[in-house]
Amino acid sequence: MDRAATADRIADLIAPFNKKGIAITEASTFAGDLEFDSLTVMDFVAAIEDEFDIIISMNQQAEIENYGQLIDAVVKLKG
Amino acid sequence: MTDLFSKFDPLIQQREGLLATGVTDPFGLVMEKVLSPTVAMCNGRETILLGTYNYMGMTFDPDVIAAGKQALDDFGSGTTGSRVLNGTYAGHKAVEEALKEFYGMDHAMVFSTGYQANLGIISTMAGKGDYIVLDIDSHASIWDGCKMGDAEVVPFKHNDLDAMERRLRRIPEGAGKLVVLEGVYSMLGDIAPLKEMIAVAKAHGAMVLVDEAHSMGFIGPNGRGVAEDQGCLDDVDFVIGTFSKSVGTVGGFCVSNHPKFEILRLVCRPYVFTASLPPSVVATAATSIRKLMHGANKRAHLWENSRTLHKGLTDLGFELGTKEPQSAIISVIMPDLERGAAMWEALLMEGLYVNLARPPATPAGMTLLRCSLCAEHSAEQVQTIIGMFSRAGKAAGILPA
Repeated sequence: MDRAATADRIADLIAPFNKKGIAITEASTFAGDLEFDSLTVMDFVAAIEDEFDIIISMNQQAEIENYGQLIDAVVKLKG
Repeated sequence: MTDLFSKFDPLIQQREGLLATGVTDPFGLVMEKVLSPTVAMCNGRETILLGTYNYMGMTFDPDVIAAGKQALDDFGSGTTGSRVLNGTYAGHKAVEEALKEFYGMDHAMVFSTGYQANLGIISTMAGKGDYIVLDIDSHASIWDGCKMGDAEVVPFKHNDLDAMERRLRRIPEGAGKLVVLEGVYSMLGDIAPLKEMIAVAKAHGAMVLVDEAHSMGFIGPNGRGVAEDQGCLDDVDFVIGTFSKSVGTVGGFCVSNHPKFEILRLVCRPYVFTASLPPSVVATAATSIRKLMHGANKRAHLWENSRTLHKGLTDLGFELGTKEPQSAIISVIMPDLERGAAMWEALLMEGLYVNLARPPATPAGMTLLRCSLCAEHSAEQVQTIIGMFSRAGKAAGILPA
């Protein structure tokens, strides 16, 4: 799957977590712009992991601060 | 210069805001005198203790105290040394023997605190390239052990068997795997479905560590914990426990049947690079553990207390952490920190101490009034406690007046 297709699927997955309907760009940060707390992060990561059948360990999550980095990480983990 | 304290400013402000309302500092309570496992003097007032984890009430047991005094006379006040140098006395070996008998296991290793037991075993067993799969509601000592060991850390939703299985399934072939679970989760007082979870972990080739800190002494036919109660203790690779709850002193331990277990004494840094427990502490612990092996009557009374309080608080209209009493912890869910602190203070004024628990210790950002029962609470005390909750709940506006 290419980056654009991966990005489309992640866009569908994040919608229910984006409760304030904030316009998301690749630079949007999860903790800052999207105001994700730790529980939201856990549920969102689980949704991504289940959709793509991958593991994003907490060590890897620590490197992912914004939406673009998440897409890149998923693309890389899918191989 | 950047003030390194500036990261704490939001917490400092929240705390100042809370104290400005005039409420007693819930994290600054001093016990002026302790009269028994269930009663202390706080602010000059006789106070029933309902937040101590002193489940089996061993802190004032005459045999336990006598053993501690004797050890002070015979061995002095402290060891001033590491377990692997000059800090292993006869008492340290004796308490490890008591633990092996208590759990029916081949090996026991005693740490200076329960926190260090988790920190040491987890960080030493799961290193770089290994995977730790753990419940998201795990205790801070478990998280810190994960971080210190540098393993890949993969949490799953609390007590969610399927979520755990999916994560185990995705771990790369050949990687080392450690599943970390707790018997009783101390914030809400709920237990884990260990039998099912351990079976899944084993099917995926993982080793299993279970923290039974909040179950020792009263859950399971021999008080060995939730894994014993559910008939799966033999499948647990590492049981972590503590002396600071049912045993009634301080210290932590790991018991295991693994044939190579003893090597951990040389490679586990939180075991090696700290002073061992004082002789009086290991003597009180060993005596207490041996008495807990024969504590069936006290256990039965503790469960009666738990059921009575759970029903009493439910009938009053409080929202509790579990629908049924699953342990000796009854957690009362508060609407927010401000009202939780007000209710906590109202209870203190009534002469009752409970734990006020708040994030990050609690799951889902909850504020909890956490009650832990003791086998030494009398049936009358439990009724008194329910009356105190009724009055304080109305005074603090948690219950309808």
